[in-house]
Amino acid sequence: MKLKSVKKPAFPWFGMDIGGTLVKLVYFEPKDITAEEEQEEVESLKSIRRYLTSNVAYGKTGVRDVHLELRELSMCGRTGTLHFIRFPTAAMHRFIQMGRDKNFSSLHTTLCATGGGAYKFESDFRTTADLELVKLDELDCLIHGLLYVDSVGFNGHPECYYFENPSDTQACVKQPCSLAHPFPMLLVNIGSGVSVLAVYSKDNYKRVTGTSLGGGTFLGLCCLLTGCETFEEALEMASKGDSTKVDKLVRDIYGGDYQRFGLQGSAVASSFGHMMSKERRDSISREDLARATLVTITNNIGSIARMCAVNEKIERVVFVGNFLRINTVSTKLLAYAMDFWSKGQLRALFLEHEGYFGAVGALLELLKASEDP
Amino acid sequence: MATYVEAVRGSHSMDKSITLPPDEIFRNLENAKRFAIDIGGSLTKLAYYSTVQHKVAKVRSFDHAAKQESDGEPLYEISVQEEITARLHFIKFENTYIETCLDFIKDHLVNTETKVIKATGGGAYKFKDLIEKKLKLKVDKEDEMSCLIKGCNFVLKNIPHEVFVYAKHGDSEFRFQNTHPDIFPYLLVNIGSGVSIVKVEAEDRFERIGGSSIGGGTFWGLGALLTKTKRFDELLQLASRGQHTSVDMLVKDIYGGAYGCLGLTGDLIASSFGKSATAEKEFSKEDMAKSLLHMISNDIGQLACLYARLHNLSRVYFGGFFIRGHPVTMHTITYSINYFTKGEVQALFLRHEGYLGAIGAFLKGAEEDNPNQYCWGENYAGSSGLLSVSPELNPMQRERSGTFLFDMLEMDRLERQLVNLPLLQDSSSYIPDTVDLTEDTLAREYWLCCFEEALDGVVKRAIASQKDQPEAAERAEKFRQKYRDKLQTLRHQPFAYGSLTVRSLLDTREHCLNEFNFPDPYSKIKQKENDLALKSYQRVLKTLEELSWEQRQIALVRGLLAGNVFDWGAKAVSDVLESDPEFGFEKAKQQLQERPWLVDTYNQWIERLKGPPHKCALFFVDNSGMDIILGVFPFVRELLSRGTEVVLASNSGPALNDVTNGELQILTERIAAMDPAIQASLSEDRLTLVQSGSSSPCLDLSRLDKVLATVVRERGTDLVVIEGMGRAIHTNYYAALSCESLKLAVIKNSWLADRLGGKIFSVVFKYEVPSIIQGHH
Repeated sequence: MKLKSVKKPAFPWFGMDIGGTLVKLVYFEPKDITAEEEQEEVESLKSIRRYLTSNVAYGKTGVRDVHLELRELSMCGRTGTLHFIRFPTAAMHRFIQMGRDKNFSSLHTTLCATGGGAYKFESDFRTTADLELVKLDELDCLIHGLLYVDSVGFNGHPECYYFENPSDTQACVKQPCSLAHPFPMLLVNIGSGVSVLAVYSKDNYKRVTGTSLGGGTFLGLCCLLTGCETFEEALEMASKGDSTKVDKLVRDIYGGDYQRFGLQGSAVASSFGHMMSKERRDSISREDLARATLVTITNNIGSIARMCAVNEKIERVVFVGNFLRINTVSTKLLAYAMDFWSKGQLRALFLEHEGYFGAVGALLELLKASEDP
Repeated sequence: MATYVEAVRGSHSMDKSITLPPDEIFRNLENAKRFAIDIGGSLTKLAYYSTVQHKVAKVRSFDHAAKQESDGEPLYEISVQEEITARLHFIKFENTYIETCLDFIKDHLVNTETKVIKATGGGAYKFKDLIEKKLKLKVDKEDEMSCLIKGCNFVLKNIPHEVFVYAKHGDSEFRFQNTHPDIFPYLLVNIGSGVSIVKVEAEDRFERIGGSSIGGGTFWGLGALLTKTKRFDELLQLASRGQHTSVDMLVKDIYGGAYGCLGLTGDLIASSFGKSATAEKEFSKEDMAKSLLHMISNDIGQLACLYARLHNLSRVYFGGFFIRGHPVTMHTITYSINYFTKGEVQALFLRHEGYLGAIGAFLKGAEEDNPNQYCWGENYAGSSGLLSVSPELNPMQRERSGTFLFDMLEMDRLERQLVNLPLLQDSSSYIPDTVDLTEDTLAREYWLCCFEEALDGVVKRAIASQKDQPEAAERAEKFRQKYRDKLQTLRHQPFAYGSLTVRSLLDTREHCLNEFNFPDPYSKIKQKENDLALKSYQRVLKTLEELSWEQRQIALVRGLLAGNVFDWGAKAVSDVLESDPEFGFEKAKQQLQERPWLVDTYNQWIERLKGPPHKCALFFVDNSGMDIILGVFPFVRELLSRGTEVVLASNSGPALNDVTNGELQILTERIAAMDPAIQASLSEDRLTLVQSGSSSPCLDLSRLDKVLATVVRERGTDLVVIEGMGRAIHTNYYAALSCESLKLAVIKNSWLADRLGGKIFSVVFKYEVPSIIQGHH
């Protein structure tokens, strides 16, 4: 379906990114509604706005990340607040159901969606809720959304940050910074899986590689190993665990550094290597296992990202994706890994809106259609 | 990275009740010196150097000047002498037996020069005290990685068909690669408990360029946690039965299909274990193990590719206990490399990967013997070949060794340096063998049967060659047993010694004969036939001289072909020769196919002969008797008369009834004595004899004596003649040379003739001119 409208698109304005694990939804709430406008506004539209903006949780699993909302944002000639909402992809059918119950199709709006689910659920949207999705490429949306959010800033603060002194746990501090000259950048998107993109300009990028060891792997393994059920729970356990009880370090093998190859004794030689031994398996906690899983996945992503950066000759490595949400263990580890292994050549950058750029990109596509002649 | 010792701690019950089949395992201990040991997590590899005394056949000319020739007198004397050669022994056995083995070695070790044992591997420190106590040798630890690299360089240089590509769904699972003379640079990805990625640029120059902590230990450790399965092998078996799609989130689980615009197929894993983030479902052990295996293999493959690309390397070898002969992991790693490099890089594996550490440690201790200065060859008689580590996949292995699982590699020091023939068009793509029996099932079946059927005859001949020795029959019987076992092994595992070929079957037989001190079963037959043929030499020459030029040329070629009919290596012919001792040169000519031959480029050859003479011809000769004396010499004589220099290349050691360099020297002397033309050519140095460096009935042009290569280069050789079924049909039929070549043979095997579209005694006469030269004419 093509966007042909030359006017501003009708409200409500949504952008949606349906990933393997999470659905990310951004919703623009206009704050400059005139009385006249309000008069004309149909009831179903009002109801949607009220439902989304007056709650911070939807059903059992939907969440609005209030701390991320962008206020007094001007989009397409309107001013308002951009809301960030997420819920598990597993609840997608309930969401579609709700779309039907709230008679969404009567609003004549366009629903722009990206992510794999835009394809997977397209027919469900059509048959259940009589909604036609506009499917958008997820990498286009990711990059456009990211550049947009960075350009408008985070309510007066920079969107981007890095860690100062990443190699020193004591002195390591988060520092805001600007992505004023973003190109070229290596963009590492860590969702359920991982995509690595080399981005040379807004519309010139390539997917360098990807790995299946991503956020989904962390959570999946944690669930199997510890019996936990949510990402939050897994991270909470990981924050209390000790991975060196699970992983075999260089010093466990060589008694210290392996000088012949310049490996530090504290480097991990074999992830889960201690678990080959039964006694060791019997003596570790769930927290240790969660921590080891987190460290293993994070280090591996760091390692692949670093190799790609070197191969592509790019110094700026930007990590995004919901795996990094409330996950300072991983962000700090990535910052450290980039700095240490590249001897300070590479810098890891992070963005506050971690996993929402695809959804923002989808929304921008909706609005863009109206700007084009 | 290194070791996995701790994991198996406590599993070493010192089982002393087991009796070793000692003379089968630790052979030649009485002469052993320079020990090295590599102790891994479950297997120990022992290496030592030994000298082997074995019999060799020598020929010696009688002093003909001193006495008049009489009819009954043979023209030369055959003697069997003892010769001492160097051999490297490598034995692999389970750690459980380490104490038993050390006891055995102590009891049989005679040599007292040995004071030190080089040790490597994660278990070296653990068993240090035990070794020192038992063997009274000082344990000298060597760095694991440098041992590995040293061992890797050694096998890459010395063992043809060391390297293979794994193809699970291919006609043959193992595709062996050519040995490249230049083995550097390469990438070695060692997957132990962690992963080390090492770039090797020269013998002593290597660098660990990267690695990963996600390795074999992760598979084992995480696998044990997830499935409650303790053993590594069991985990692999679980994995091979599982379905990863129930645990992994695939692209199609997210997209509902493929992600077309990125070229990601629907079956691609988007998120390993992505579906297991739920408390609602139970997952089977098999499925989890499979998912884990894919996750780890893909990850290692991806990193290996990133490093290969960064350092611009295309040869990537994989080793370590994660790989070690496991078809499951070789398959997943191969798959991953193909995926990530889109086929640009192939995952390569090594047949003797498990021995690398032990070989390297040994080489470090043996530097004063300069093992790297020599060429070494795998002894097929003493080596057990490539066996999978899972016993249930290998009934043969269990059967052979009872409950004591071991595996051996023996390498003989070759007397000469072997190099490529400088006239190969492209040495890197040269494959000596015409048919790869690993891939060609029909041919394999035929040849294995053929060699089995011929075994009786070979045993008979072996006994007959040593009539004076009463125990010869017993030895011959042992030989029969050994060779039959080898054939049996090859039936089950055709890839056990690299690509299976007619050449390897022949060579294995020669190695087994030598093993039981039958250095030259055909020596007497050769002697008799040489004698007989010499008597006809002048008559044959005379007949030829009476012919016109044109007639003579075809007669020379027919003579060469007729001579080639006399071949004890071909069963059909040996039957004829056995039953009809009067079968003569003329009769052989009658057997030959009339022109047009099966392959017939004779007309081009004649046209060429009308042109200017060749500068120098290199002639790889074949059989003794009629072949060399009545076939080759008259032909060579004609070349010499045209002004062409001739280099005759013959085997260094005996193989079937092939003429050896020693025999040829005597024969040439005798011919020169009655033929002034040959005499003159010899004294003018226009006829030269060289040895090929080989003791095989076939011919590998990439492993020839260095002296031969030098002579070929110095003389400006512009014609290569290869004669006989073994050298021109079984091998080199498709060999492309950079100069003119003539390959001729009589097909003395009806099955092979049938395959080539002809009948028995069909003639192949293949004169070839490389296209570059053709352009000049």
